[in-house]
Amino acid sequence: MIALRKWSVRHARGLETTYKVLERVFVALDPLWRLLGYRRIEAPVAAVERVVKGFLFDCQMCGQCALSGTGMSCPMNCPKNLRNGPCGGVRANGHCEVRPEMPCVWVLAFEGSRRMRDGQVAIRLVQPPVDRRLQGRSSWLAVARERAEASRG
Amino acid sequence: MIFDDEPVPGYPLPILAGHSSPGRLERVLRAGVFTVTTELDPPDSADPEEVYRRARVFDGYVDGINATDGSGANCHMSSLAVCALLTRIGYAPVMQISCRDKNRIAIQGDILGGAAMGVCNILCLSGDGVQSGDHPQAKPVFDLDALSLLQIARMLRDEKHFQSGRKLTYAPRVFLGAAENPFAPPFEWRADRLAKKVAAGAQFIQTQYCFDVPMMREFMKRARDLGLLEKVFVLAGVGPLKSAKSAQWMRAHVAGTHIPDSLIQRLAGAQDQAKEGRRLCIDLIHELREVPGISGVHVMAYRQEESVAEVIERSGVLGGRVPWFPQRDQQPQLERFS
Repeated sequence: MIALRKWSVRHARGLETTYKVLERVFVALDPLWRLLGYRRIEAPVAAVERVVKGFLFDCQMCGQCALSGTGMSCPMNCPKNLRNGPCGGVRANGHCEVRPEMPCVWVLAFEGSRRMRDGQVAIRLVQPPVDRRLQGRSSWLAVARERAEASRG
Repeated sequence: MIFDDEPVPGYPLPILAGHSSPGRLERVLRAGVFTVTTELDPPDSADPEEVYRRARVFDGYVDGINATDGSGANCHMSSLAVCALLTRIGYAPVMQISCRDKNRIAIQGDILGGAAMGVCNILCLSGDGVQSGDHPQAKPVFDLDALSLLQIARMLRDEKHFQSGRKLTYAPRVFLGAAENPFAPPFEWRADRLAKKVAAGAQFIQTQYCFDVPMMREFMKRARDLGLLEKVFVLAGVGPLKSAKSAQWMRAHVAGTHIPDSLIQRLAGAQDQAKEGRRLCIDLIHELREVPGISGVHVMAYRQEESVAEVIERSGVLGGRVPWFPQRDQQPQLERFS
């Protein structure tokens, strides 16, 4: 829903903080996740993630969340799936070329990034090509696992 | 300008130190002269002569010819094929690749294929949405975006492997470009977006139609502050408007075009609107030439391609220089437009 997407962008700062706390919790729970088995908990965690992020961001479950670098505006809602900034077709009123009734996700992204602590740096980083195999998988678990493994060395 | 090491048409130039490609366009840009590129409207035809006929109208006036890739999401001869025909006789095409119609497997294959056919310049684009073209029922692909396409093209060239990691035996020697639209929202971020494109591998930029020089100046100032102008050549997009009516139509229907009302009024008040449109284009070229960091112009004259020669000739931006075309060096007396 576009109204909720806009709300999330307006509250990008708060969501950024929430996300950072959540990430720390997820990383801290790594021993538990390992005990249960990352593979076994994948489906239930992904289901929760889908509901929460679907509600807040119209998340498309690409499995490689970029929200922290896109002002809390999900780039997979761009009809062209652009993850690195707006196309040249953005309308004068800031709406999408393909779906004129929708505000450009990147116009929202820049707005959101301005409210965030680290958003303005993150939005300038080049995002790599999407790995389409990760579609439908939990991004939260993937990040937790990656960070935990990195800290274990 | 005639290069000392001018090859037989259809063969590559030697690659100079610090250059990425064996192409003319990169040579001209790096030589620091005012550069002109244009766009060929690919035919709805399988006849190669139609491509050559469309290229010939630019002879002697352009340093590069963009072969569009289903521009406006309309179906035409493919950019790869147009480029292959053009390179055969020595032209310097810019192969446009849009992310709309092909996934990364097809695109990487086309980059290798294009380079093998003599393509030296690649323009990496996201592409117009399918809703704007003649096949709105088609599936939009968008596996990559313009930036990840740039990253992959640079990887093929510099790291000599596919995205999968599989090695190439010979890398494509290509000069990489991208587009930018300083005239679409979010304006204040457009230069930052350019910075991302440069970071991803863009070496030259062709902009969307510029009808608003103050906006372009602002964009270029910001690009200079970000330190981009030493890293990328910027070719400003220009084009003759046919009439006030067609300008209004473009503004309403061509995604991302910004035309100030004052220009439309200037056209509407003219007796011969098409002529005034060309005059306006020349004025814009003159103004853009004075903007610091602009390396040249990219002239887009859709369905009035024959006017490119006139506009460039009358603008005088080539300063007597005759860009290469087949048979150029066999003609002692060049017929110039008067």
